[in-house]
Amino acid sequence: MSLHRSPIPVCTPDAPRPDPFGRFGPFGGKYAPETLMPALEELEKALKEAKADPAFQQELDGYLKDYVGRPTPLYFAERLTKRCGGAQIFLKREDLAHTGAHKINNTMGQILLARRMNKPRIIAETGAGQHGVATATAAALFGLECHVYMGEEDMERQHLNVVRMRLLGTEVIPVASGSGTLKDAMNEAIRDWVTNVRTTHYVIGSTAGPHPYPVMVRDFQSVIGREVKAQSLERFGQLPDVLMACVGGGSNALGLFHPFYEDRSVRFIGVEAAGEGIETGKHAAPLAAGQPGVLHGAYQYLLQDEHGQILIAHSVSAGLDYPGVGPEHCFYKDSGRAEYVNITDQEALDAFKVLAETEGILPALESAHAVAYVLKFAPTQPPEKRIVVNLSGRGDKDVETAARFLGGVK
Amino acid sequence: MTEETGRRGVEAIAVSFEARRKSGGKVLIPYLMIGDPDFDTSMDLVRTVAAEGVDLVELGVPFSDPLADGPVIQRAGQRALAAGTTLPKILQGAKALRAEGIATPFILMTYYNPLLRYGIDRLGRDLAGAGIDGLIVVDLPPEESEEFDGNLAEHGLALVYLVAPTTTDSRLELIGRLARGFIYYISRTGVTGERKDIASDLAANLERIRQRTRLPIVVGFGVSNAEQARWVSEHSDGAVIGSAIVRIIEAGPRGEIQKNVLQYLCPILTCLHTTA
Repeated sequence: MSLHRSPIPVCTPDAPRPDPFGRFGPFGGKYAPETLMPALEELEKALKEAKADPAFQQELDGYLKDYVGRPTPLYFAERLTKRCGGAQIFLKREDLAHTGAHKINNTMGQILLARRMNKPRIIAETGAGQHGVATATAAALFGLECHVYMGEEDMERQHLNVVRMRLLGTEVIPVASGSGTLKDAMNEAIRDWVTNVRTTHYVIGSTAGPHPYPVMVRDFQSVIGREVKAQSLERFGQLPDVLMACVGGGSNALGLFHPFYEDRSVRFIGVEAAGEGIETGKHAAPLAAGQPGVLHGAYQYLLQDEHGQILIAHSVSAGLDYPGVGPEHCFYKDSGRAEYVNITDQEALDAFKVLAETEGILPALESAHAVAYVLKFAPTQPPEKRIVVNLSGRGDKDVETAARFLGGVK
Repeated sequence: MTEETGRRGVEAIAVSFEARRKSGGKVLIPYLMIGDPDFDTSMDLVRTVAAEGVDLVELGVPFSDPLADGPVIQRAGQRALAAGTTLPKILQGAKALRAEGIATPFILMTYYNPLLRYGIDRLGRDLAGAGIDGLIVVDLPPEESEEFDGNLAEHGLALVYLVAPTTTDSRLELIGRLARGFIYYISRTGVTGERKDIASDLAANLERIRQRTRLPIVVGFGVSNAEQARWVSEHSDGAVIGSAIVRIIEAGPRGEIQKNVLQYLCPILTCLHTTA
């Protein structure tokens, strides 16, 4: 096979996901500085070898079961269902995984891979801090040196997670450039990786970045969808009708959706962050209002101006506050396999409170976007329909933000 | 020489390298972020360094998320963007400089997204029309460059590839096959910026490149003084100096930038041009 790729393919539902060049239709690819290209090749090779090695999967499964606490429950949200008065709502409880979010599924996989590649140093970017905490946790478990880049604004709004990472022995490096959020943390992590690439593995936390990251992260997160499938079949003898998840970079959504790709009767709904409203321009919804371009190694929908400068995203949720979106979601959108909707800051905050009061669960503000959409969507569906919402993380980290916005919580 | 033939692009670049080689010296390529600290000052800087006899000039096109640049060039990009710098404006500027008779080859250095947004279909034509000779696109490796390069090649422009210390032999083969103009060797893994020392694997890596291309090779990333420039050019065809110049521009004051840049650059230029 030539290193040079063939002309850019189009988005047909049967297209490979991805092709050998890391393309999902036209999206994805490997737009990385030359210094990193050999490391991406090395990672691709290590991933292929690990996938072919039953011992690797066995080791990962062992940690996911005994350390992470998988499988996570598929919980019937009865009071929420009653309140909505429509379809049955189930919550996939990723918030109950160790460290409190789905992020650990991916970091366990990548840290085991880093060990196979003999990379003693780990770096990561983080927005809400959940990926940072999950990386710090896996690094601590294996005694690896860990550095996490985090935007200054995010360090302030997700302070609890900063403290957690530090307690886990990770160095948290503040990033002041740009908007001081996830995008800038990723820029800085890439700069670190370019410098220390020989000794360092970069644990990207979402289905973003150059190939093979989007496919690798999706595959590590697919444990979510595989479990939902098995749990649904066991419980109802059939698949759910609708899968719903929030989309920032998109890893929790793809982890849920991917194992159901060929089950065309199952609807996928991804929920982007509309921030203060799409029409205000202050949002984080590139699938709704972006144009394709290249950032952080991949061709994807992006918030950008007419000259190709990346715009600052906005969301009350630090984990969704990103101007791009994973290339596979772009493919899902253009091929029509998934639908994408969006939810404002206020709607997400309201849903945060609703879920707390009806089910006794504080969701992460990211996951609250998916909850907010199900509050609108479930009443439009008949009671025999089943919707699975990915509750990707817990909301302890967000209580101060929620209290500030919602008021009345002393 | 280029004035006589009127030729630009790959040919102008080749002429420039060949002339320097014949004179027994090495090329010096300064990098200037266009629009930093403002458009007119940066245009004057291009005039100044061209008049002083640098062999090529890299024109930086600012990008909001320059992930291979160190803090000095990041800040320059932010200043340039704040000053309203855009690719169309830079092309207008280049065209004006050509109209004044400046013949020094211009190489744009930027990231892929501003080019993609401009439109690949019209990019080659418009760059050639503005008197640009080549491009360095930091996040466009050979795996992704086919369509883009096809458009540039049609217009005689050089897509200059970067080679890093980590580049494997199989990748060098590919880059050697595709490259036009010259090869830009990154002296060490890392972002742009000044360094105290030069990597020890430089000579061996340049030799690896030489075995796979007959194009000239220049060394950049971390070269910031005459001694380093002389050392890297002993093993190559010349040096690129970026962050050190940009730092002088940043220091100001605005009225003294031209003088300060010249004061810094002239000894290096003399050193490289008289290296035998």
